[in-house]
Amino acid sequence: MANQITEETIEYVSILAKLELSGEEKEQARKDMGNMLEYIDRLGELDTTDVEPLSHVFPLRNVFREDVVTNGDGSRETLQNAPEEKDDMFVVPRTFD
Amino acid sequence: MNLITGTVCMKGICGTLNKKEETEMELLSLSAVELSAAIREGKASAPEAMEAVLAQIDRTEEIYHCYVTIDRDGAMARARQAQCRIEAGELTGPLAGVPMAVKDNLCTEGMLTTCSSKILENFVPTYTAQAVRNLENAGAVLIGKTNMDEFAMGSTTETSCFGPTRNPRNPGYVPGGSSGGSAAAVAAGECFFALGSDTGGSIRQPAGYCGVVGMKPTYGTVSRYGLVAYGSSLDQIGPLTGNVSDCAAVLEAISSHDPKDSTSVERQDTDFTSALTADIAGMRIGIPKDYLREGLDQEVKAAVLRAAEALRERGAVVEEFDLGLVEYAIPAYYTIAAAEASSNLERFDGIKYGYRAPGDMGLHSMYKKTRSQGFGPEVKRRIMLGSFVLSSGYYDAYYLKALKVKAMIKKAFDQAFAGYDLILGPVAPTTAPRLGESLGDPIKMYLGDIYTISVNLAGLPGICVPCGRDRDGLPIGLQLIGDCFQEKKILRAAYTYEQAQYAECKE
Repeated sequence: MANQITEETIEYVSILAKLELSGEEKEQARKDMGNMLEYIDRLGELDTTDVEPLSHVFPLRNVFREDVVTNGDGSRETLQNAPEEKDDMFVVPRTFD
Repeated sequence: MNLITGTVCMKGICGTLNKKEETEMELLSLSAVELSAAIREGKASAPEAMEAVLAQIDRTEEIYHCYVTIDRDGAMARARQAQCRIEAGELTGPLAGVPMAVKDNLCTEGMLTTCSSKILENFVPTYTAQAVRNLENAGAVLIGKTNMDEFAMGSTTETSCFGPTRNPRNPGYVPGGSSGGSAAAVAAGECFFALGSDTGGSIRQPAGYCGVVGMKPTYGTVSRYGLVAYGSSLDQIGPLTGNVSDCAAVLEAISSHDPKDSTSVERQDTDFTSALTADIAGMRIGIPKDYLREGLDQEVKAAVLRAAEALRERGAVVEEFDLGLVEYAIPAYYTIAAAEASSNLERFDGIKYGYRAPGDMGLHSMYKKTRSQGFGPEVKRRIMLGSFVLSSGYYDAYYLKALKVKAMIKKAFDQAFAGYDLILGPVAPTTAPRLGESLGDPIKMYLGDIYTISVNLAGLPGICVPCGRDRDGLPIGLQLIGDCFQEKKILRAAYTYEQAQYAECKE
């Protein structure tokens, strides 16, 4: 499966990953991902037919709490981290033309 | 207190110590727990201890680069505050007044938290991670934030955007990673203990390379609230310390059930310091045969087997056994960790915090440029891999397959722990590599994680304690792995081994 990594695959994955790669980076990514997937392909040696996938070691359950604010209003401090802010709001680039 | 040791007498200053420096050196020779006892008994003070640590930082930080942020004024102010609370009888615990360092992926209110990444170079959290909060409540005093591999992705601390940390045992070598700054700070005496995080060995491996103690607790024991997520189902915060007693004390302080972390486990047995007894008679310890095979350096193997022998001499039953599936842990781990990383790191988009690419452009271009300029090569590599294994058409073949192998690995450990109290092995196949040797070949670097990552996949606790040096003087790490919630067995065996080594040194 690893040898299926084409330029198109890299193009598609970089859209999913929201990364803009240079020509050189794309070539490196194709090589790196191919090597890594070739290595990961050895998992295919194991018969996992009747094995249930394990996402968490302990069974997860929903944790509910009352919808009450306990940490106060941190909006001022939060906005101080904003790359750009105006009138107590985050400024973002235009989202459509 | 007259315990000046060789390790803190650096740079030939021992011959010309004035009175103040002499006191500082005495303080630096103490363990965290010993220091706190001295402070609470009035033989020393928290500000004096902090001054001693800051003086040590002045002497060695330029060489080792353990820290990203050193908050000198804040640290002194906090130390004075802690001293007042100790004198008022409010702080009585075993870490009161002790200067600590925290890995830079743990949020600290009002203090830069960068994950050693350009994309968070200017991020100042509005809240403090629960584990750090627990230590502050116990009276420990924050010095600053330690260097790490970018977003904890790496095994050498060389992927930091601020440059590498150097190994205090020999500055030509890496300290390991990703918690390399924390391990090096402990080894260099630039703090009395530190916090790290461990997703695939990131506490235990640098502890091994730097010759200090490092522990990854059972998944869910320490709240991940305020830890910048890498692989959420694998991440766990833990201590890096100078000895096993300090490790138990720090672990006891940071363990807590936290409603703010939905994977936090409610435990009643977190009185870990009660396990510090040198008694392992009848304890059953297994060494996986696959942990001793090809790829393992002969000097490392010899040191680990000597440690096993020392435990046998103290009454443990030690034997080799077949664990199975060892070679499949790395491919399963990197699939799962990359998948979770690609999802967790989606939040870094230049909108609410962190770096934003300059220039006038549309939203999607801004996202892409910000992330492409803000992330380093190793982080991009894992985000790309993770996005691929989760993508439509490949999800079942890669991600789901890895989760099934994870289930099989967990089962193999369950079977092992039906017969053994602990599993013993090396922490890494070799001692620390030289600076600049590792990043060129990612898969080779990942192979170095072979003994540590399955512990994260199975959610188990594991410790690394120093067990000797190689011919170049570089530390070798012994790893002890327990079943879930069996930290006390691990600490008891580690403590017993440490005591045996002290006894041997005296002879």
